Amino acid sequence: MSTEKIKEKVLDSYNECKKDSLNDDDILLNTLHSLQKEFDGYIPLEAAEILSELMDKPTSRINEVLTFYTMLSTKERGKYIIRVCKSLPCHVANGEKVINQLKKRLKIDFGETTEDGLFTLEQSSCLGLCGVSPVMLINDEAYGNLTPEKVDKIIDKITEEERGASK
Amino acid sequence: MPTVENTILICAGGACISAGEKSVKNEIEDALEKYALNEVVQVVETGCMGACDLGPIAVIYPEGVFYQKLDAKAARKIVEEHLLKGRIVKEYLFKGDTGEIKEKPQEEMPFFTEQVKIATRNLGVVDPLSIEEFIAQDGFFSLHKAIKEMTPQDIIDELKKSEIRGRGGAGFPTGLKWELARNNKGNPKYIICNADEGDPGAFMDRAILEGDPFNIVEAMTIAGYAIGATKGYIYIRAEYPLAIERFSKALEESRKMGFLGDNILDTNFSFDIEIRIGAGAFVCGEETALINSVEGKRGIPEVKPPFPAEKGLWDKPTLNNNVETYANIPMIIRNGGEWFSQFGVEGSRGTKVFALAGKVKNTGLVEVPMGITLKKLIYEIGGGVPNGKKLKAVQTGGPSGGCIPEHLLDTPITYDNMKELGTIIGSGGIIVIDEDDCMVDVAKFFIDFTVEESCGKCTPCREGTPKMLEILEQITNGEGTEEDLEILKVLGKHIMENSLCGLGQTAPQPVVSTMRYFWDEYLAHVNEKRCPAKRCKSLYRVVIDENKCVGCTACARVCPVDAISGSPREVHEIDPEICTRCGSCLEVCRFDAISKVSP
Repeated sequence: MSTEKIKEKVLDSYNECKKDSLNDDDILLNTLHSLQKEFDGYIPLEAAEILSELMDKPTSRINEVLTFYTMLSTKERGKYIIRVCKSLPCHVANGEKVINQLKKRLKIDFGETTEDGLFTLEQSSCLGLCGVSPVMLINDEAYGNLTPEKVDKIIDKITEEERGASK
Repeated sequence: MPTVENTILICAGGACISAGEKSVKNEIEDALEKYALNEVVQVVETGCMGACDLGPIAVIYPEGVFYQKLDAKAARKIVEEHLLKGRIVKEYLFKGDTGEIKEKPQEEMPFFTEQVKIATRNLGVVDPLSIEEFIAQDGFFSLHKAIKEMTPQDIIDELKKSEIRGRGGAGFPTGLKWELARNNKGNPKYIICNADEGDPGAFMDRAILEGDPFNIVEAMTIAGYAIGATKGYIYIRAEYPLAIERFSKALEESRKMGFLGDNILDTNFSFDIEIRIGAGAFVCGEETALINSVEGKRGIPEVKPPFPAEKGLWDKPTLNNNVETYANIPMIIRNGGEWFSQFGVEGSRGTKVFALAGKVKNTGLVEVPMGITLKKLIYEIGGGVPNGKKLKAVQTGGPSGGCIPEHLLDTPITYDNMKELGTIIGSGGIIVIDEDDCMVDVAKFFIDFTVEESCGKCTPCREGTPKMLEILEQITNGEGTEEDLEILKVLGKHIMENSLCGLGQTAPQPVVSTMRYFWDEYLAHVNEKRCPAKRCKSLYRVVIDENKCVGCTACARVCPVDAISGSPREVHEIDPEICTRCGSCLEVCRFDAISKVSP
């Protein structure tokens, strides 16, 4: 992506968040969320630098926030971010098997992205869906009562849809 | 216009959606259209009905027939049989323990009948996105009463009379908190709603925001009037996308109808709310960290005092309550503080929403009067432990709480009793642990959580908790000694005494509490190198009983690491050096020939 294009995206996100807020001081986190959406799941360091100029704050100030929160990323991620819940209710409901199946099936570990760039696997704190544990979130969609077989089906379905779309 | 003959309420809480609610709803709507019933049957998606393990759920009125565990096929059948021909579809009705069918479990099962719903009264009853339905349930009546008929002091007095205490964990008296925020000098003042529900196993805040968002809008607005603030923030964690979506819609609707914005209900009072989204940091549930995060900084806690009521957001007086606390406010204003205090017991008034999870039959949300015993909550309401297993402990209060052993379940749940047992009510997560779970493993699990979530500001928590994790890992790997247990105790004490915020001060609690009640399990791990629950993989072997094995080869075929050898129709054998204890063979053996044994 060209610097011009990045600049444009950052400016758009920043102005959008500024418009929605009554206080200019507190929009950094919201702007970062919006940027992450714009750049499909991550925030390039170049964008953080441009934002720092716009907000008239040192880049270190932007980066300290950007790197503190686990849901913000400076690394490029897959089109589908799988966040599998690793808290106790999911653990006692055989969550480990689901996690192992995801790793085996996608051939990646936590924090990694599949070669085709489709999936990134991350672990999440409690998703609050303990009634149907084990649970995972794929982008904004939640899947419950998981078993290794169900995991395979869900991944199959997405992969097939993607293949269909690229044809 | 034709009259509506039937209404179908479909639970669209997060859990039901993740169990396939959307396909059920679409199928119902398609079928209704096909049979030209769409004008006489009304379909309403509601908030969480509470019984997550039965989802997806639909209830058909006026009869009140309760259908459970639905899928698209079931949905079509219900339309074709029940709605078209008036025949109840038995196969999707609720079945009790002995297989008896119940058409209306909501009128018979203790899970439903023992509940007293105040904070969750609209959940599963109304369309959460319809402001008209909310108003039809007396929504915004309390706001009207508060700003037209009551002074701010009147409101605070009612809260004090109700004796309600914060539902987020610390249990601070809410009326007093409001009074402090009101009396502190400073302008402007702010309202915050803490919706950064992070305790593993707690999901009531999520359900309330998704199922009755207008209730929180109303409560925050009342709070604004009571302490003299014109601006509120709600901080919702990013893990709850549906709650964020529904709450933003509720804000828009409320503004359109004049319940938010300038000159609310034609008075001089103006108030508005903005959403701030978390980004995956548990520590932001701590109020000073949350305030930093709202200000767009790293979510790092500050030293208290000063408390936020004095110096909060941008150093101004700030009132911060959690979602469930706010959810009670409109009913207290409407019915009075005394009405609220009739529920519960001395020191713990009102109701509390508990989230039942783990090894319990009826998982989900229940709201019950405080003072109920854990036994009643888990056995009567929760239906006990599934698969005939024995209950070992109940974990409450998340990573800041502890475990209560089986023999103490008769204790009534109050703030003080829980403290005496070495735990807290916390936000109300109840995780049931059975005989198959290892208490050292549970403790390790929580410490692992804290290690990851520690913000890194102060040393005891940042450096101490990884050390505790290291020792616990040694113990579960069979490399621990009794001396390690002593080190764990000392380390835990130091972390609790010297950490800056609530997260650090309570981080060792799961270890302290499991040591208090399950010392034997710790000793078995270090002295006998044995895990009584056979959960810790280094401390058991998987073996095949030669008297039972018929050589069907099922286990050998399923073993992912080829650790099982043997010819067909001959006794098989597992090589313990190769076996990873994944448990796959245990599941497929139909002859009960495979078991775990301690070395």
